[in-house]
Amino acid sequence: MNNRLRVRIDKVFKVVFRIAGFACIAILVSIFMMLLYNTVAFFSQIKPLDFITDTQWNPSRHFGLLPLLASTLLVTLGAMAIAIPLGIGTALFISEYATGFVKNMLKPAVEMLSAIPSVVIGFLGIVVISPGISNLFGLSNGLNALNGAILLAIMALPTIITVAEDAIHAVPMTVKEASYGLGATKWATVKNIVLPAAYPGIIAAIMLGMGRAIGETMTVLMATGNSLAFPTGFFSSIRTITATIAIEMGEVPFQTTHYYGLFALALILFLITMAVNVLAERMVNRIRKFQ
Amino acid sequence: MVQAALVKTKPVIEISDLNLYFGEKQVLKNIQLTIPQKMVTAMIGPSGCGKSTLLRTLNRLHDLSPDARITGKVTIDGQDIFHKNTLVNKLRKKVGMVFQKPNPFPKSIYDNVAYGLQINGFPKDKIPQMVEESLRKSYIFDEVKDKLQEPATRLSGGQQQRLCIARTIAVKPEIILMDEPCSALDPLSTLKIEELILELKNDYTIVIVTHNMQQAARVSDFTAFMYLGELIEFDETHKIFNNPEKQLTENYIKGHFG
Repeated sequence: MNNRLRVRIDKVFKVVFRIAGFACIAILVSIFMMLLYNTVAFFSQIKPLDFITDTQWNPSRHFGLLPLLASTLLVTLGAMAIAIPLGIGTALFISEYATGFVKNMLKPAVEMLSAIPSVVIGFLGIVVISPGISNLFGLSNGLNALNGAILLAIMALPTIITVAEDAIHAVPMTVKEASYGLGATKWATVKNIVLPAAYPGIIAAIMLGMGRAIGETMTVLMATGNSLAFPTGFFSSIRTITATIAIEMGEVPFQTTHYYGLFALALILFLITMAVNVLAERMVNRIRKFQ
Repeated sequence: MVQAALVKTKPVIEISDLNLYFGEKQVLKNIQLTIPQKMVTAMIGPSGCGKSTLLRTLNRLHDLSPDARITGKVTIDGQDIFHKNTLVNKLRKKVGMVFQKPNPFPKSIYDNVAYGLQINGFPKDKIPQMVEESLRKSYIFDEVKDKLQEPATRLSGGQQQRLCIARTIAVKPEIILMDEPCSALDPLSTLKIEELILELKNDYTIVIVTHNMQQAARVSDFTAFMYLGELIEFDETHKIFNNPEKQLTENYIKGHFG
């Protein structure tokens, strides 16, 4: 092969890889532009102030973000209230307490949990958890925010456990030995040495789990009752931003106010998940610096 | 004979018929050893001979490795350390340890020393004074007194190691185990640690594992030579280095292998 050909091939591949790299950025930017363009169209018809203050989402006249945002935040916070203690507890158990067979079983089990399709989790919510909730609390309908929160917690768990376990595992053995060497018990070591050292990673784990919960659509669509009333608590049937977009996008007439409104919702969702992910990424970088 | 030399001392650690296995592999073979009180006992031998493993047996650090299996008996002050009534955290408070690589906690200089006092339930109002005392005893107080709240990881390696010694003596142990405490340090820091060891032996029993034979000769009163998991010879340091009984010891001391 002569040298000119080799140089030419070299240049071709440089261009190919550059195109691949820029394609990614281009996709991200065009999605953002699409959302932004349609959102601007929406705000030319509905005042932004009405969008963020109206307490009703009723697409013939009312385009209020609040009930949907409140629903999303309610299930997400509920899910985190369940998933954070459970997830960090499991991560600590895997990394600090479990040995042998249990440890070897638990890690793949957690990974398999993340392989369950969200439709199946939604199914679990309809068939098992929601009847359970309605029996336990004497409600006529178990398809509510609590049901959604439990399901989202299940879905966020694998992310939280895996990332938190990595962070806990990264605390050097020598530092733990130093603590035991001073007469510290396991719990004293976990509380005073392991958790503070793994703290940025644990925050990252929570953020990533939260990002997952906020963006999840199918499960909440199936299991939270899809009521447009403003939520009053965990026993309210709710409808999240994601479920609203999924339900209404299929039937909305093209380029109507309602159509543009769904894009505005999508933009809000995009901004929330992006903020959560950026924060998580920052935290992950802080652990890297620590090591 | 070592017996003659030991007569003048008081035994504090007595090891008998000690065997240790990691899985199938036997790492310590039938160790018999008596370590005298308020003396420095050095353990020397080539890499992999089991000297660090033996040291870590004495504060039961092997409890942390699930595949370690131990037979035999170790008593400290006459108390069987493997007995089911022995509280491992009390044992480790009594038998402090300084590690090969300086391993300060990711906390402030002050908290590094205060931590051991807090977890062992020393009275809160005494802690600041005890921290200062330990830092002084470890000859590091003057270097850190103006930056006690700074992260310990900003100190130099030698300072970190002296901080680790301060943290160990803060909880008032009787025995200090040192696992090659100078192997990661420069000669000047090494010298400071050695001076500290000679000072500390007035109050503590010290067992030090070292790769550096000059160091063993400089700081220790007794020396144990180990080879392939066995204790080959144990005697007064000057005898081990000048007039060992076993050929193997002599070969090692003279640098024929290792």
